[in-house]
Amino acid sequence: MGEELKVIVFGLGNEEYGIEVERVRTIERLSPITRVPKTAAFIKGVINLRGVVVPVLDLRGRFGLEETSPTEHSRIIVVAVGEIEVGFIVDAANDVIDIDTDNIDTPPEIVGGIKAKYLRGIAKLGEGRLLIMLNLSEVLNRNEIVQIEQLEV
Amino acid sequence: MDMNAYLSMFIDESNDHLQSLNENLLQLEGDPEDLSIVQSIFRSAHTLKGMSATMGFEDLAALTHEMENVLDLVRNSKLKMDSFIFDTLFKGLDALEAMVQDIIDGGTGKADVTAIVASLQTILKSDYKSGAASAAPAASPAGQAEGASALLDQFQSSILLQSMESGHEPYYVQVTLDETCVLKAARAYMVFDVLERTGEVVKSDPSVQDLEQEKFDRSFKVFTISTVTADSLQAQIANISEVASVEVTPLDPESLASLTAAPAAAAVEAPPKPAEAQEATPAEAAKKEAGEPAKRAAGGGQAAVGRTIRVDIDRLDTLMNLFSELLIDRVRLEQLASEVKRNDLTETVEHMSRVSSDLQNIVLKLRMVPVDSVFNRFPRMVRDLAKSLDKKIDLVITGADTELDRTVIDEIGDPLVHLLRNSVDHGIETTTKRLESGKPEMGTIRLSAYHSGNHVFIEVEEDGAGINQEKVLKTAIKNGVITEEESLKLNADEINMLIFAPGFSTADKISDISGRGVGLDVVKTKITSLGGNVTVHSEFGKGTKFSVQLPLTLSIISAMLIKLGSEKYAIPLTSIVETGIVKRSSMLNVHGNRMIKFRNSIIPVVSLSQVLESPDFDETAEEENEMIVIRKGDKWAAVIVDEFIGQSEIVLKTLGKYLTNVHAISGATILGDGQVALIIDPNALIK
Repeated sequence: MGEELKVIVFGLGNEEYGIEVERVRTIERLSPITRVPKTAAFIKGVINLRGVVVPVLDLRGRFGLEETSPTEHSRIIVVAVGEIEVGFIVDAANDVIDIDTDNIDTPPEIVGGIKAKYLRGIAKLGEGRLLIMLNLSEVLNRNEIVQIEQLEV
Repeated sequence: MDMNAYLSMFIDESNDHLQSLNENLLQLEGDPEDLSIVQSIFRSAHTLKGMSATMGFEDLAALTHEMENVLDLVRNSKLKMDSFIFDTLFKGLDALEAMVQDIIDGGTGKADVTAIVASLQTILKSDYKSGAASAAPAASPAGQAEGASALLDQFQSSILLQSMESGHEPYYVQVTLDETCVLKAARAYMVFDVLERTGEVVKSDPSVQDLEQEKFDRSFKVFTISTVTADSLQAQIANISEVASVEVTPLDPESLASLTAAPAAAAVEAPPKPAEAQEATPAEAAKKEAGEPAKRAAGGGQAAVGRTIRVDIDRLDTLMNLFSELLIDRVRLEQLASEVKRNDLTETVEHMSRVSSDLQNIVLKLRMVPVDSVFNRFPRMVRDLAKSLDKKIDLVITGADTELDRTVIDEIGDPLVHLLRNSVDHGIETTTKRLESGKPEMGTIRLSAYHSGNHVFIEVEEDGAGINQEKVLKTAIKNGVITEEESLKLNADEINMLIFAPGFSTADKISDISGRGVGLDVVKTKITSLGGNVTVHSEFGKGTKFSVQLPLTLSIISAMLIKLGSEKYAIPLTSIVETGIVKRSSMLNVHGNRMIKFRNSIIPVVSLSQVLESPDFDETAEEENEMIVIRKGDKWAAVIVDEFIGQSEIVLKTLGKYLTNVHAISGATILGDGQVALIIDPNALIK
């Protein structure tokens, strides 16, 4: 038996993704977002999270997937990695589960169009249900974002 | 006892003592004869030693102890200060600072100080004998009191004798406390308070330290020089509750001799080392008017305790954050009230607004710190730099009590260090050069701070060589900072500003002090990032003046809120010159750039909607546009906006660590309706 890992599960397209619960600050309904000019397209802007200004990313856009307009199930998951605090727009977030680290496999090269380096692994949950574990430090890697910005500007 | 609870207090107080040691040593270096300074230094060192020993920082205590031994000889006129002793003491001080820093960083404060201790001990051993011999004539008036006992040493009785000669009243005071007295130390303190208010305490037995720590039985004896009569002094002391008896004996030379001789036998067991006792002994007491308050303040500041408290800065930050929340709600309430239009509501909201702006002032003032906390490290720095460059420099500091928000204070240290280093290294000439050009040998650097409006100005001015503009231009062209063609158009001040360009250095050779690639561009970047401005004025051959303009606080600013279609933005009021309306027909086209006439000059037009890629506003569709004229130094520009919302106090928030260096945006604020508005960086709009 490996260690137990508590994970927040959220949906993006047809896939289910997971983030360790310690990384998640809060899950919010969509609130008005203030656009920040001259930033990468997937950076939707900033929100007021109880007095703190927090940038919001569209996770679909971050992974190069097709962006969709938000629904009433859309949520903003605010995560913290080191000193960086960022909100992710996801299609839905509604589950907290425990998984055994033994059940996490290294990811194949590409999963649903997402590069392997953004992924920590794939967790098998039984009944054929798969959970894609995100590698947050890589998703929030500034260096890469700077490159993207330079390409777009 | 859990020492951690006292650690932060220890650190605060150690820093205070180290600072005062540093300042006093520098002062003493300028006036080595002033023994009253030695007294203050000794006192600081002594307290520091005691605190370190209590906290278990043995290395700190040991080094301070050695320094104290040297100082003790100096204060008893047995040793004359010379540059070797000063250098050694400064080295010791540096080591102490490093140790305290280590403790602050969570270390144990351990350090290898054997080299410094060895030099200190050399001073003690070698200079002691010759010093004692040379000091003998200095203590000549004490000659007759040769037989003075262990209770009063030569020096102290000479002070008493001298004070008699100059017509002051020395007294021998014996105080006995009630048997039932609970807080003996507190009573003793009150007695000293009376004595110090009416004069100078020369010597007490037991020592002040022992009295403070209640290491005495019921009575203590004090030699004092007072400005009041014996009766009055007796009455004042007797007035203190729980004092059983007090005996004030006026001293004349004979009674002094007998009094000092009589208790001598009893005091024999007292340690012969004079270092432990004689705390409140201002050495110059005899020469000076007794009871001079200013001098005493330097020695023991206990009287001021209780008027101020130390506050954890995190708590102040929290207070500030909570207050910002309140400010946001206030704006929201004001909006609601203006919509609801009910008199009683409007009145209440107006009252709340007034109260909260008063509150805002107080909260901001709480965070104000005198620039002194930054300035105080410069005298030492300039001294060391001047010494290593073999220059003679006098640093004159004015306005050190000017206050600035702590957030600004924390940031301005480094830029000022660069400016001062530049002044010492490039500004002030060598002694020979100064004499050749008919200047006094000693160069002067003036560091001054003052308030002006919503800003604080800090200036670094020296009477050195001035900026060689020809050389600056040559270097700038050589380094590709400007082209030869551009150089012809520059006026004197603009040429001076070139020294702030990245990678610029006119130093012929790279010295140890500046010109190590970290140039003045760092200074400019830093100050600009603080919302400030730096200018330089120079006259060749006469000197250079750097002038730094800084905002008072970084947390709350006045701003103009504007609209750009559906989006709202804030523009800091400090950079706005004027608002107005501009007709499309009055815009000129110069080389494809839009310009307008503004007060007899032609200034460029900046389209905010283009800079910010506004999704739903395009000013070209309109005949008339609102504009805001902004300035950056002496450059102006007209910024076209959609609509003015109005002026408002806004709370600055950062965009966080994820979004850094967003073009033309310096931060964000939260509006009354809870929405985030971005703050425009006007400096980015002007090229």
